[in-house]
Amino acid sequence: MKTARVAYEGAIHLAIATDNGIELENGKQVFEEDMVWLPPVEPKTCFALGLNYFDHASELSFHAPEEPLVFLKGTNTFIGHLGVTKRSADVTNMHYECELAVVIGKQADHVSKEHALAYISGYTIANDYAFRDYLENYYRPNLRVKNRDASTPLGPWFVDAEDVPDPMNLKLRTYVNGEVVQEGSTKDMIFDVPTLIAYLSSFMTLNPGDVILTGTPKGTVDTKVGDEVVTEIEGLGQLKNTIVE
Amino acid sequence: MPYVKSHFAGSAQATMTKLQSIEAKLEKAFNPPVSGTVYGTLLNYKGSLEKMGDALNEAPYKAPPKAPILYIKPINTLLGHKGEIPMPSNAAELVMGASIGLVIGKKATKVKAEEALDYVEGYTVVNDVSLPHESVFRPAVKEKARNGFCPIGPWVVEKEAVNHIGDVKINVYINGELKQQNNTKNLIRTVPVLLQDVTEFMTLSEGDVLMIGIPENPPIASRNDTVRIEAEGIGVLENTIK
Repeated sequence: MKTARVAYEGAIHLAIATDNGIELENGKQVFEEDMVWLPPVEPKTCFALGLNYFDHASELSFHAPEEPLVFLKGTNTFIGHLGVTKRSADVTNMHYECELAVVIGKQADHVSKEHALAYISGYTIANDYAFRDYLENYYRPNLRVKNRDASTPLGPWFVDAEDVPDPMNLKLRTYVNGEVVQEGSTKDMIFDVPTLIAYLSSFMTLNPGDVILTGTPKGTVDTKVGDEVVTEIEGLGQLKNTIVE
Repeated sequence: MPYVKSHFAGSAQATMTKLQSIEAKLEKAFNPPVSGTVYGTLLNYKGSLEKMGDALNEAPYKAPPKAPILYIKPINTLLGHKGEIPMPSNAAELVMGASIGLVIGKKATKVKAEEALDYVEGYTVVNDVSLPHESVFRPAVKEKARNGFCPIGPWVVEKEAVNHIGDVKINVYINGELKQQNNTKNLIRTVPVLLQDVTEFMTLSEGDVLMIGIPENPPIASRNDTVRIEAEGIGVLENTIK
């Protein structure tokens, strides 16, 4: 099942994708143009991975890390499908990052790789924008680069885990103004999803609703004001965002 | 008599109460008195930056920090006053990072230093616990985000109860012995400037906490040690490592 959080006629609803279109939890059929997409999940704790695809690490002239490069993100940064993300006037390099977002479904402590997938409730798409002008070599990537307001679109749908039988074999693609600019597959992750859950839960408790953004493949290029950026993951949908001044 | 906001054990409900009535209950474990995102600030005491010395200009840092460098203490780390800090099984020592948390009272985006305190509801004491680590090049999630690694409380004291947040003594005692003394006079970015420079790039919302930094030479503690952090006029946060 695919579910979303939407604002419709002044209230926040759960929306469900059906064969006939979009339906609210109360059974009402709605048109997409009448609703506002919100992030489908509201993580209290959100992890993100840097340099987690072989090709992207080499693109940025880094060796593949020996241990997952994990950082955390705040709640200020999430926005829904069809949202806008600001590019400040002083920014010279701002790039999208199409990422598989994994949502934890039950409390996880010291989970083995073999059992890790059972702790996932579902998946969504993230576009984890980076503003490289603000990179500093302290706790890199620092929050000024990766945690700006409304700079991490999530959505459109939360897709139940049972509808994604093999999360480690999904095509990812990003389009800027309709042109393909980034292509990859989750099978090229350095640390795959089970490894990440095993790693994180080896030293801290993961809670239901926590989200892991699993990194991005090669093909990140600068985007400009007015660009329409679509991040797509096979089976999950397309997440659209527009860059504004 | 300052008013404080606290969560008592077993109650998630915030209660506003006079300090006097709370003190009798101090022996019980508290819940963390905050609910938002807890952010920490790296290298914001003059002494902590000076201690980095020439390394600031060498690899991998290559230059001193420009904007505030922040990190997040996720919710699994939050622990109340009197709660027990779990010692990871493969570790022998923990670093006690004494800090003051600015508890945000209303949404703060691009605030000016002159108005920054208008966005603060009050202050609390924080122990930013870490596994010892030297490098600050990569985010220290494994070292800082373990369960119970962010004791906070006992309460949030309203900001009016603190005369001057730029001159607050912080003392750290381990098993009753004074191990560290510092003062918010030694901050690089004062509280208003820190709020200005942080909210320049990200919004802080009501209930979020921004730690102002950890003084240099944070004390080390081990299993069964009791750590007490006193922030003058704000509170005394005590926890034992188990």
